[in-house]
Amino acid sequence: MAEFTLPANSQVMEGSTFDAPAGAKKVRTFRVYRYDPSTGNNPYLDTYHLDIDNCGPMVLDALIKIKNEVDPTLNFRRSCREGICGSCAMNIGGSNTLACTVGIDDFDGEIAIYPLPHQPVVRDLISDLTQFYAQYASVKPWLQTDTPAPTGRERLQSKEDRAKLDGLYECILCACCSTSCPSYWWNSDRYLGPAALLNSYRWIVDSRDESTGERLDDLEDPFKLYRCHTIMNCTTACPKGLNPAKAIAEIKKTMVMRQV
Amino acid sequence: MSNEMHTPLKRAKGWGSAKSGTHHFWVQRLSALALIPLSLWFCFGIASLPSLGYADFIAWMQTPYSAIMMIMTLIAVFYHYALGLQVIIEDYVSDHAIRTVAIVATYFFCIIVAITGIFSVLHIAFGA
Repeated sequence: MAEFTLPANSQVMEGSTFDAPAGAKKVRTFRVYRYDPSTGNNPYLDTYHLDIDNCGPMVLDALIKIKNEVDPTLNFRRSCREGICGSCAMNIGGSNTLACTVGIDDFDGEIAIYPLPHQPVVRDLISDLTQFYAQYASVKPWLQTDTPAPTGRERLQSKEDRAKLDGLYECILCACCSTSCPSYWWNSDRYLGPAALLNSYRWIVDSRDESTGERLDDLEDPFKLYRCHTIMNCTTACPKGLNPAKAIAEIKKTMVMRQV
Repeated sequence: MSNEMHTPLKRAKGWGSAKSGTHHFWVQRLSALALIPLSLWFCFGIASLPSLGYADFIAWMQTPYSAIMMIMTLIAVFYHYALGLQVIIEDYVSDHAIRTVAIVATYFFCIIVAITGIFSVLHIAFGA
């Protein structure tokens, strides 16, 4: 929902500065958002000067270095460190992306690291994605059929029909797209957002799914689907190179096709 | 819908589908399409008037072709205007009561202005 006055604890203050060890040759500076809602204090930006010669190449490596060697109080999610789990999604250098797949050398100067935008912050770089996951669950992201599964073999699908799922099934639910979408910022209480809609479309085009009509019925809504105005921040943000904006456009096209 | 005891899924599902939205989306695009030739006609029509005086404008608007085109333009403009403004209000006005009043006011305004415009064209066409 659009809010033109800042809620409490919105102003980000200046935090501490941690210097690189003496003699470090290549030093990069990271400005990291820190917030602990339980304290009631405002968020603040800590500045870390890191010796990059003794650090892995990715931004996640720098965060792990900070936590291991400089400041163990820093909180962030991470798991696979290879862009498949979606845990380390955050706002780096002004764009939502995965800390593990973006290199430190991809940025010039100071690297600003914030949590994903417009979500409640649990702690530091950890945002609360409860609503995001619930919206994903609400599109029933599983195969729905009335026909029982064939015995002794899988449900058949032609190569052409299987190809329609490419660019959709790869979504890792990192929330980079939805949290970069202005429509989602203003109306996420009712708009499902690009990630949930892309996943809904993944089942709408699945040739084996028999609930296509019900799925479209569920999205026939001015808010759930039609808050999308093809801003395309989702497509720009997606660290997997997917195109949620196109998937949403395909849903709208299908909606019109079944009426006209 | 802000009850903290509601489960996340209850909140995500909300009121379910309103069973509308596609018609709005479709007619917004159709009215936009119609406005391409209509607005071109209007601009070229005004530009090709001998003068911008009252008499020349009335003479132009009195022809059946101009009057029909002008009425279609008025309908397309104000329909498209109301549809578009409704989307903007839905995007940015979060208070449900204010949102509803603003959307209703938009449609009333557009209907009143469009009908006034159409009446004026007919008044000119049928002899002012």
